[in-house]
Amino acid sequence: MGRRAKNKQGLPPSLDEFQAKKDRKDKKLEKRKREEKEVVEKAKKPKKVVKPQSDEEEEVFEDAEVDTAKKSLFDDSDEEQVGETLEDFEGELDDEFDQEEFDQEFDSDEEGRERPMFSDDDEDEENLNAVNMEALSRRLDEEEELEAEEAEAELVDQSNQPRAKILPSEEEEALMSKGPQDVTMVRTRMIEVVKVLENFKELAEEGKSRTEYISRLIKDICEYFGYNEFLAEKLFNQFSPSEAMEFFEANEIARPITIRTNTLKTRRRDLAQTLVNRGVNLQPIGSWTKVGLQVFDSQVPIGATPEYLAGNYILQAASSFLPVMALDPQEGERILDMAAAPGGKTTYISALMKNTGCVFANDANKARTKSLIANIHRLGCKNTIVCNYDAREFPKVIGGFDRILLDAPCSGTGVIAKDEAVKVNKTEKDFIQIPHLQKQLLLSAIDSVDANSKGGIIVYSTCSIAVDENEAVVDYALRKRPNVKLVDTTLQIGKEGFTSFRGKHFDPSISLTRRYYPHTYNVDGFYVAKFKKIAPSPHDISKAGAKEKENFARQEAEEEGIINGDFADFNEDDDKDLIEKSIKRNLKRKGINPNTKR
Amino acid sequence: MRPLTEEETKVVFEKLATYIGRNISFLIDNDIPHVFRLQKDRVYYVSETIANFATSVSRKQLMSLGTCFGKFTKTGKFRLHITALPYLSQYAKFKVWIKANGEMPFLYGNHILKAHIGRMSEDIPEHAGVIVYSMSDIPLGFGVSAKSTNETKNLQPTSIVAFRQGDIGEYLREEDTLFT
Repeated sequence: MGRRAKNKQGLPPSLDEFQAKKDRKDKKLEKRKREEKEVVEKAKKPKKVVKPQSDEEEEVFEDAEVDTAKKSLFDDSDEEQVGETLEDFEGELDDEFDQEEFDQEFDSDEEGRERPMFSDDDEDEENLNAVNMEALSRRLDEEEELEAEEAEAELVDQSNQPRAKILPSEEEEALMSKGPQDVTMVRTRMIEVVKVLENFKELAEEGKSRTEYISRLIKDICEYFGYNEFLAEKLFNQFSPSEAMEFFEANEIARPITIRTNTLKTRRRDLAQTLVNRGVNLQPIGSWTKVGLQVFDSQVPIGATPEYLAGNYILQAASSFLPVMALDPQEGERILDMAAAPGGKTTYISALMKNTGCVFANDANKARTKSLIANIHRLGCKNTIVCNYDAREFPKVIGGFDRILLDAPCSGTGVIAKDEAVKVNKTEKDFIQIPHLQKQLLLSAIDSVDANSKGGIIVYSTCSIAVDENEAVVDYALRKRPNVKLVDTTLQIGKEGFTSFRGKHFDPSISLTRRYYPHTYNVDGFYVAKFKKIAPSPHDISKAGAKEKENFARQEAEEEGIINGDFADFNEDDDKDLIEKSIKRNLKRKGINPNTKR
Repeated sequence: MRPLTEEETKVVFEKLATYIGRNISFLIDNDIPHVFRLQKDRVYYVSETIANFATSVSRKQLMSLGTCFGKFTKTGKFRLHITALPYLSQYAKFKVWIKANGEMPFLYGNHILKAHIGRMSEDIPEHAGVIVYSMSDIPLGFGVSAKSTNETKNLQPTSIVAFRQGDIGEYLREEDTLFT
């Protein structure tokens, strides 16, 4: 077999060919080895003799001998010799494994000596064969490595070179503030600044601080995406610079339209089939939900098909499946949805309970209860009671629920793609008032749950990504109600909640909560926390209504907010000294001699 | 929220009987006891346990419970709403199925033309309550027959077979008035 293969073998590959096939080298080598076993053996034999000899001259001579031997071997006409060798080594060749082992052994021993020979010998590249191939490839590898090293060194050199000026000078800035800027220029600058911020040590311009870069970037974000400065900064601080850019970009793109199958009336496969027949292009959202469908495009209005009107599905954002899945309602339970309109989550709860038990759907806004009632009836939910209370009235109205879903009213920083108005109409005041309301609602929710029930679950969710409305509120509830604990949300996707953020430290169990971002899961920005009530609290039987609670909370906040007069005494003279010292220290740190400056 | 008076019950049941006839007894004799409740001028059909829970919600704040069947007009008549359709279709006596090309005209609030009829119950008399289905058995609405089944056979394709009284398109068209 070996001989025939050898006879058919064409010209050895040129260096270029060889390099192109380099990645397949090992495989090929093996194959070749098999084909030319005998030849290899023959070639090796004299080399093996060389091994023990350490004398330089002798080695060169022996190598030359090897070369000639090889040349003659690979000459096709030289058949007798091969035949001889074949006979000679037949016994050894039978066991291929042994041979391979032998090969390796030989190579590793010979490594040091073989290389110089090849590097001198030009012929070898043309006369590429199984023997020299490995060594040659090794050489090429080394060359490549060297190249890579050089390139790296070059890069380092570059970074040591004067760095690119990205930030505009003062004059330029004054010019920019006058009129609208070139959008593409702003965009490139944003990208550049983000690059610098990612590797500040090496890319930053001399004498510019990180703050300068960040403030420029935030200004550019405001300019380019149309946020107000407060919100841009708030959102920017949530992420690393590059992730923040991804987030802002994702907010410019609408999320895909998603629908939820109403399992009370149909099955997802049937629904998908009917909609496909109507010319709707759709696909399941993901493995984490069994009822969601994502609509790519549609020839008919997806919110007015006969199936929609018959209540076979509801238009619902994928993110709003999550709190209900975390709530995990069971048949026969009594559940409260504190802020229910427009009813996507309520009807999902109802569907999961198969119309058993009882669902209280509350919404504080009377106008919004209309759409809530419409959806409840359209989807055929028969176990609901719709009421129009301020949710803080609970548990005064009725308590002792098995589970409560609080999808709290929020600033909507997670749904900017849906509602652009958020970009400009949210101010600092909103981020104080809204969390205040959310905290009260969450406490009301906790108090309205029956601790002794099988469930005893409270799910808190918002469509905001701000920490003030999420982790801070959850942390507050954990502090105020020690009889609840956070449990795993059992959701398959999502990032962990922050346990600390910009100097604030939250309860470590907050890592059990889940965050969702538009740029990571292509859902709306969302937050889900799942509590379990482990013991009743004295608040459970509280008869306080919304007004009393509000007053109490305000009073409490006032008490907490006031800094008492006896907090500390200020000594003006001492302070002056300290202030001066710290100013000097700062100047020194910047490399300025404070004394000379004066 | 209160139970219906005898007078009110009579009016409601008379109306329901035109669509579901004797099947009305199934509404009351159920595995889970169900009751009718009046809240403001609307009549709700709901399981007794839920009705009991709803007592803790004050009259002003209670917006809806269970399934709304319809409302009393100022003159004391009862008007069925499309929200009652799940129950009506479940116990329907006379049925009309309309073809795919007739679905959208019906859902836009038009009466049912003969051309759109796919199938209909055999024994529908004139002016009887009928439930309208699509060919895939999705309930679409209800109405009253204009002619008996026999007579419709001789009608022109463009003539009306049934007058529409309610259709699921109302969920969009009447959203402002249908639910308080």
